[in-house]
Amino acid sequence: MSSPTATPSQTTEPAVSVRNLWKVFGPKAETIPGSAHAELSPAELKADTGCVAAVRDVSFDVAPGEVFVVMGLSGSGKSTLVRCITRLIEPTAGDVFVDGDNLSAADEKKLRELRRNRFSMVFQHFGLLPHRRVLDNVAYGLEVRGDGKASRLARAQEVVELVGLSGFENSFPDQLSGGMQQRVGLARALAGDPDIMFFDEPFSALDPLIRRGMQDEVLRLHHEVGKTMVFITHDLSEALRLGDRIAIMRNGRIVQLGRPDELVGAPADDYVADFTRDIPRSHVLTMRWIMRDVKPGEPLDGPELSPDLVIRESIAPITSSSAPARIVKDGQLLGLVDRDDLLAVIAGSAQG
Amino acid sequence: MTAVTADAPSAPPAPPAPAGAAPRRFGMKWQLLAWFVSWIVLWLLLNGKFPLEAGTPPFVQDALQNFASNLGLVSWTQPIINVLNGLYNAGVWVTKQLGWTGMIGLGSALALLVAGWRMALLTALGMLSFGVLGLWDESMQTLVLIAISVLLSLLIGIPLGIACGLSDRFNRIMMPILDTLQIMPSLAYLGFIALFFLIGPPSGIVATIIYAIPPTIRLTSVGIREVSEASVEASRSLGATGWQVLRDVQLPMSRRTRVVGINQTVMAALSMITIAALVAAPGLGQSVLGALEILNIGAAFNSGLALVIMAIVLDRVISAASTRSAAGQRSKKETWTNRAVAAVLIAVGALLPAIAPKTATWNQAWSHPITDPVNTATDSLNNVLYPITTAFTEWITVWLINPLESLFTGTPWFIVIAAFAVLALILGRVRTAMTAILCLAGCVVIALWPDTMVTLTQVVLAAALTLILGLLIGVWIGRSKRADRVWRPILDAGQVLPPFVYLVPCLTLFGSTRLTAIIAAVIYAAPAVIKIVGEGISTVPSDTIEASRSVGANSWQEIFKVQVPMARPIILVALNQGIIYVMAMVVIGGLVGGGGLGYEVVKGFSQERDVGVGLAAGIAIVLLGVMLDRISQSAGRVRRTSSDVG
Amino acid sequence: MVNTRRKFAAVGVVAAAALMLSACAGSSSGGSTSAAPSTSGGGSTAATVACGSTPVQIADNPWVGYEADVAVVDYVLRTKLNCQTKISKVAEQVSWEGFGSGQIDVILENWGHQDLAKKYITDQKKAVDLGSAGNNGVIGWFVPKWMADKYPDITDWNNLNKHADLFKTAESGGKGQLLDGDPSYVTNDEALVKNLNLNYAVKYAGSEAGLITALKNATEKSTPLLMYFYTPQWALAKYPVAQVKLPAYTPGCDADPKKVACDYPPYPLNKVARADWVTAGGPAVNFIKNFSWTNDDQNSVAAAIQGGATDDAAAKAWVDANQAKVDAWLAG
Ligand SMILES: Nc1ncnc2c1ncn2[C@@H]1O[C@H](COP(=O)(O)OP(=O)(O)OP(=O)(O)O)[C@@H](O)[C@H]1O
Ligand SMILES: [Mg+2]
Repeated sequence: MSSPTATPSQTTEPAVSVRNLWKVFGPKAETIPGSAHAELSPAELKADTGCVAAVRDVSFDVAPGEVFVVMGLSGSGKSTLVRCITRLIEPTAGDVFVDGDNLSAADEKKLRELRRNRFSMVFQHFGLLPHRRVLDNVAYGLEVRGDGKASRLARAQEVVELVGLSGFENSFPDQLSGGMQQRVGLARALAGDPDIMFFDEPFSALDPLIRRGMQDEVLRLHHEVGKTMVFITHDLSEALRLGDRIAIMRNGRIVQLGRPDELVGAPADDYVADFTRDIPRSHVLTMRWIMRDVKPGEPLDGPELSPDLVIRESIAPITSSSAPARIVKDGQLLGLVDRDDLLAVIAGSAQG
Repeated sequence: MTAVTADAPSAPPAPPAPAGAAPRRFGMKWQLLAWFVSWIVLWLLLNGKFPLEAGTPPFVQDALQNFASNLGLVSWTQPIINVLNGLYNAGVWVTKQLGWTGMIGLGSALALLVAGWRMALLTALGMLSFGVLGLWDESMQTLVLIAISVLLSLLIGIPLGIACGLSDRFNRIMMPILDTLQIMPSLAYLGFIALFFLIGPPSGIVATIIYAIPPTIRLTSVGIREVSEASVEASRSLGATGWQVLRDVQLPMSRRTRVVGINQTVMAALSMITIAALVAAPGLGQSVLGALEILNIGAAFNSGLALVIMAIVLDRVISAASTRSAAGQRSKKETWTNRAVAAVLIAVGALLPAIAPKTATWNQAWSHPITDPVNTATDSLNNVLYPITTAFTEWITVWLINPLESLFTGTPWFIVIAAFAVLALILGRVRTAMTAILCLAGCVVIALWPDTMVTLTQVVLAAALTLILGLLIGVWIGRSKRADRVWRPILDAGQVLPPFVYLVPCLTLFGSTRLTAIIAAVIYAAPAVIKIVGEGISTVPSDTIEASRSVGANSWQEIFKVQVPMARPIILVALNQGIIYVMAMVVIGGLVGGGGLGYEVVKGFSQERDVGVGLAAGIAIVLLGVMLDRISQSAGRVRRTSSDVG
Repeated sequence: MVNTRRKFAAVGVVAAAALMLSACAGSSSGGSTSAAPSTSGGGSTAATVACGSTPVQIADNPWVGYEADVAVVDYVLRTKLNCQTKISKVAEQVSWEGFGSGQIDVILENWGHQDLAKKYITDQKKAVDLGSAGNNGVIGWFVPKWMADKYPDITDWNNLNKHADLFKTAESGGKGQLLDGDPSYVTNDEALVKNLNLNYAVKYAGSEAGLITALKNATEKSTPLLMYFYTPQWALAKYPVAQVKLPAYTPGCDADPKKVACDYPPYPLNKVARADWVTAGGPAVNFIKNFSWTNDDQNSVAAAIQGGATDDAAAKAWVDANQAKVDAWLAG
């Protein structure tokens, strides 16, 4: 099986660009990055220096309009990473560029300006203001940046409708369910019409059914408003559903970064493999991952499929045809997939 | 905890502790026992050696005395005095203009607006009772004083509290100052305040602010600190400035806690009113002192009752206001009807005298003070109890107070210091031990060691008695809703009744003795401790209790195997609070035969030539209070962590 | 107000009322405390002398005998001299501080206080001695009357050791107890006990209330008590006492507080006034200079107040009955 590496199309300038970012908590934190200590395991580092390196030398780019997911176990440094990017926490070392602007060098005023207009954030624990109505919570960001009352309420009303909270404008947060509260959080983040949105495990406090609904909501919003999104989660199925690309973190480092099918098809190490073990491969892998070369004498009149088609979706066309399906891209035949190939993958993933 | 044991230099050797948390706690018990036994042994060996009273030159006291007597007349306070006098006069003028009907209308209207109609009714009844007790004018004067003191406390305290909440460093600087303000007996500095702010309302207001401001600062700080980090972060992520975060998030979300602080400030202010009367602050405090002067217990209780009613009404209204405020904003309609009703109340109250002139001034025929019945009752009670209480006093003094006092005063001073340092090490950390050493050494330096030990004896006994009482009644009210309902009003009254009111009955029953000082302290401290213990017992989760019942535990086992151990952290908080309250009564104890530091403070307030000693004794009380507070707090901390492990 | 006072007999109320009223009116209480400022007794020639616009500021120290002084002086100032008064209920030391700040014009019954007198009269010259109030203060050791009746020799200090066992309490560590301790008064008792070789320990009650309750219990329950006390004192009318004779006082025998072995000196109680107030002069100053009465006079007014009369009523009754004395104060 070949394992093609797919890199994002780097034609435009990245929306967010992170370079060698470090965050170390503890005494004399600034001496750690780049020193010999940087290579120690977390336990050794803690014992030696009393420091915790929550983010270690992380670099990546996010393309405009992309949904970039960061995932990892609890304590792997996801929250710290996203807070360093937005500078809610000061990074220890490294640079962050947003649309080419160097955020690490921005002063307080510039930073506020960026937060008010260019990016926004949705939090795990919502962070709503309990003493304000839904509408006023949603309008809060606009109020902070000094929009007039009429215009900000009108805008808030629009966003409230967009996230499906019409009718609850005058409720208070504690009168809403968890899912609805996070819609308020979402609406608040959307209200300022930012270019980039950061989500820190926004749905992990919600129960699974509502979580699914909220994921659909994010996907719908992404289609409708087309924002760049950086999405933190520790739930792989959520990552796979939402992410164009996924970065997997462990002990503050990114251990693998790629498209969902890349992570499942070619895990970089056991840690990633462990993560992806329970994922039905047919839901993630595409034709590209199971196609084979043409055998001599095979019929070539089967259905034509795209190499990026997920296996699950290919079942009907392939099983309904006696001839193997042709995987074609840009008019070029890349390979074939027949019923037996399909069965092997599905059976294999059923066994785990 | 093991670490602590290891670096305790002179700690008695603890028996080898097997692994595991429960045995370790067992280890602490052994350490405490060994500590106690070694102290007793040392005392028996060295009793009376190295006495301190003659040895130390009182240079600190002399310095204070010099400082005090050379303090000329201060002029920069004159504008403040004028403002305070102006405020007070204006306040009293308003109460006069509105008359009793207008004031009751105004009071209940305010209560209606902030706390609903039940509280409005309570307020009206409470204010009416001032008239019925025959103390309308005095009550209004007190109310005006309280209002001014509290408003100024908030004006100064809330910004300071915010600063403490936002800055760790500022917080670290402020906390010891607040501790000092709260523990330092006001009699120790009242004379100085009168020197700066002259006698009358200004001095009364300043003294009250000094005593009442700490809770506002503390709880504002706590409130800001406990605001959900998520909301602050969310606000910052939207680009809010520090000021916007404060205004939109931290202040509104800390409101509940701040109101608790305000409430405590009001209560503290009320409890200062009697003391402020010593510098000619008008109002109910004067009535209490006047009654005390001629030993008229009934009159003292009458005035005390007015203070209690005022405190309870204010407490209930403020508490109700804080719980209602959130919900209140949400219902516009209710607000409007309430406003209308409130306006009507004020209008009727203010206009009634014009329509019915007979109601313009309170008719004394409507007053029925409780003075005479109380006097009759206490007289007959006294006759019945006197033989019992004298025997009891004798017994307790001989078997409890005298032995403990001779332990404290007979042990050489350096051994007492070492003993407390070791105790601090067993219960807490090296830091706690350092604090203990510094505090006690301070008492040596200011040459008040014997007095300090006399006071310490009484504080220890009073705190122990308070805790026992707290456990007995606290467990009772924690387990039974009905007991809680019966006790609650008594406890509330006990907490706000000025101690001066029950001093005379105590004196009559127990004489001018150290026991009287201890009893007065227990009466003052017990209500708070009982409430805290009750709270702790009642918050033990019911499923834990059900689980213990399901294995067949009886009530006794339920209390001692489940509820008390689980409520232990809170019980230790109660002990700590008990000690602070008891410390606050040291000076009052000096007035009723307690002797020690309290008497020195009283003397300093009464005699020009003893001002230095009085101030020094005030400082010694602060040092003692800080030491006991830190040791008891650290006991709470250690126990809690070890029970978490267990 | 008037009825309240009667019901209370709590003198504090009076001071409070006076303060409050003066506070409201900005400066004065004038005739507003009692309904009729007019006088009932004739004969007073000085009735309408101008008294200046500022009120006379009288310190009201916290004991009933003093209260009686204040009641009468206040009443006379208002009704006979048409003066305004302002009464401040304060402790003694705070009253003296009032001379410095100008808040107190006069103390009517001063008990010694050499230290304060030195500071404010001799050194700072803020205050002046206005002469005797006529009363004589006595400080000394007392036993309840029943004890003197039962043990006639007990009133001689030489026999105190013989009776020490009677006075033993749990507080006094095996010795007899000598109850001391209103901290407002000077005491040499520890030195006395030591220098007279008495088998006694001094116990500090800490307040006048403590002393009086002890006396009350000792009288009503016939329990033994030896105490430091003083006259004039309202409680002595209710609970009679006998004084214990200590070695006689001779001038200078108490010069060194550590070596004292003699009785307390007699305290001629005097009036002290603010120097500037006296310099300004006026009928009020004259009157207070002249003011002087006997212990019996004071006790009768004090007893009336104690018995429930308002200050004004008690004062009026006494003034009406003693017109000649009042006229003498007002003359000259
Ligand atoms: N303020 C801090 N001080 C010290 N250590 C910190 C601080 N904040 C985070 N850490 C440490 O940094 C590491 C990464 O924490 P972080 O919250 O970023 O993890 P996470 O991946 O978001 O975990 P979770 O899924 O539980 O939210 C953890 O070991 C944590 O203990
Ligand atoms: Mg996180």
